[in-house]
Amino acid sequence: MLTVRNLCKTFHGGTVNEVRALHGVSLELPEASFLVIVGGNGSGKSTLLNAIAGCFRLDDGEIHLEGHNITRWPEHRRARLIGRVFQNPFTGSAPNMSVAENLALAARRGLPRTLGRALSKRLMNELHEQVRQLEMGLEDRLGNAIGSLSGGQRQALTLLMATWRRPAVLLLDEHTAALDPKSADQVLRVTEAIVQRHKLTTLMVTHSMSQAVNLGDRIVMMHKGSVAYRFAGADKQRLGVDDLLTRFEDLRRRELLDETAAALLEETYV
Amino acid sequence: MTLLIGALTIGLILSLLALGVYISYCVFDIADITTDGSITLGASICAVLIVHGVNPLLATLAGFAGGLAAGTVTGILQAKFHINALLSGILVMTGLYSVNLHVMGKSNVPLLSGTSFTTWAERLGQAWFGQPEVDLLGWLVSSRDLVTLLGALGVSLLAGLALYWFFRTELGTAMRAAGDNPQMIRALGVNVERYRILGLALANGLTALSGALLAQYQGFADAQMGIGMMVWGLASVIIGESLTGSRSLGLAIYGAVAGSVLFRMLVAMALRWGLNPNDLKLVTALFVFAALVLPHLLQRWKRPAAVAQPRS
Repeated sequence: MLTVRNLCKTFHGGTVNEVRALHGVSLELPEASFLVIVGGNGSGKSTLLNAIAGCFRLDDGEIHLEGHNITRWPEHRRARLIGRVFQNPFTGSAPNMSVAENLALAARRGLPRTLGRALSKRLMNELHEQVRQLEMGLEDRLGNAIGSLSGGQRQALTLLMATWRRPAVLLLDEHTAALDPKSADQVLRVTEAIVQRHKLTTLMVTHSMSQAVNLGDRIVMMHKGSVAYRFAGADKQRLGVDDLLTRFEDLRRRELLDETAAALLEETYV
Repeated sequence: MTLLIGALTIGLILSLLALGVYISYCVFDIADITTDGSITLGASICAVLIVHGVNPLLATLAGFAGGLAAGTVTGILQAKFHINALLSGILVMTGLYSVNLHVMGKSNVPLLSGTSFTTWAERLGQAWFGQPEVDLLGWLVSSRDLVTLLGALGVSLLAGLALYWFFRTELGTAMRAAGDNPQMIRALGVNVERYRILGLALANGLTALSGALLAQYQGFADAQMGIGMMVWGLASVIIGESLTGSRSLGLAIYGAVAGSVLFRMLVAMALRWGLNPNDLKLVTALFVFAALVLPHLLQRWKRPAAVAQPRS
């Protein structure tokens, strides 16, 4: 269970570059639920994921995960409970290390790292089997540097790494956005299979309305650092791409109106 | 032959320095100038302890511990106080100059009294060969030098193998990943800052160990002996990379050791052929500069040629 209460974060506060990235965001995500987060650029989607992952200190709010108040936990400590896949396929793996070594690192997530062999025979057999299940033919390339693989292959492996030890919550930050359509489809299929197999509590950020409609059991649309719309259960089932686009356009229109009003006010009084 | 054995011995002793630079430069991508101070620290601690009658093994280990401490300080400056990697190295190196003078009590400590590894090598040589000089391929060689060379080879092999083993453990793999992609390994639950401190401690520990052995081999520790040693280590690592031409861990470690030996041999040959010893550091710096810049320049020259080829 993930509970997020009243998250607030402002970057560069008190300067001309001040950005109110999160403003009173609250969410409650039961175990094994799949939340898709949509919204325009700068709406706070990725910032929300980064806040949960512990990439920065919050100005206000609390995050509870599996009964722990993790608000003040550093990023590496939260990682014991959180699996992450980044937008850039090159961010989620160590390029100069082999596929097997990368996976072995993930196999110890949340466990103490000892002076035992990183790649034991037993682990190698396990790696082979898990990678084979991706059906990408990578099980024969375990010794290759992961940097020599394509973006799609790397992203599928990163997904496997993030979920190797079942995380309390899986954060997917536009993890197919940087891939070509074929690779994106492939990675998305792998995502669905892994999430369903392990019944993972998942938060996925995407720009694709069709992904939002087809995946998950709930949707949140963010706007200017706040949650603008929420859909779950039957509402989510009924939701079509057009419905989402309409609401998205509505938010953009409101934003334009706000900007126009602000400009008029400035023109009048400044 | 004596010159060759001497060059090989120093090359092998300095291979520990090259392994240290391999950790800081290749694993963590940090040009850690602490190296210049920690090699002298290792030498000075070891020399002073030997002069005071301490067992050379314990004195050498104490020098190693001094390097560990120096590296830890640099790591803490970087990780906990967020001081730029280069600047934190400069700060510690500068501080170490005074520390080394305090340790030695003067700028130079000769090892005329006390028992060092060289004394052990002399005794062992006498015991093995029964005479001070041995006929090696028609050349008369000091038995002490021969045993010292074998000892240096043993220590170098041991350090290389230990490092290879360590970097294949769970801890060592995580350390390599902390250098390769900190964001990724942090997301896998690793405290990157702690690993960076540990890595720099290990790097400077090896460097100081190299200093401790070097002081015993050359028979003195000197406050100035660290100047340019970081660049020396870099040159060794770069030569090693070009020798092995591989990014695999085992070959990279082997390359650093072989690079150090080859570089020392090249230096010995250059000095033999009349290179002014005063120019040695300048030549080393120019060599590293060329090794860093030439590949990029060659690539730039090759690229337009490759484009031009189809047209012609």
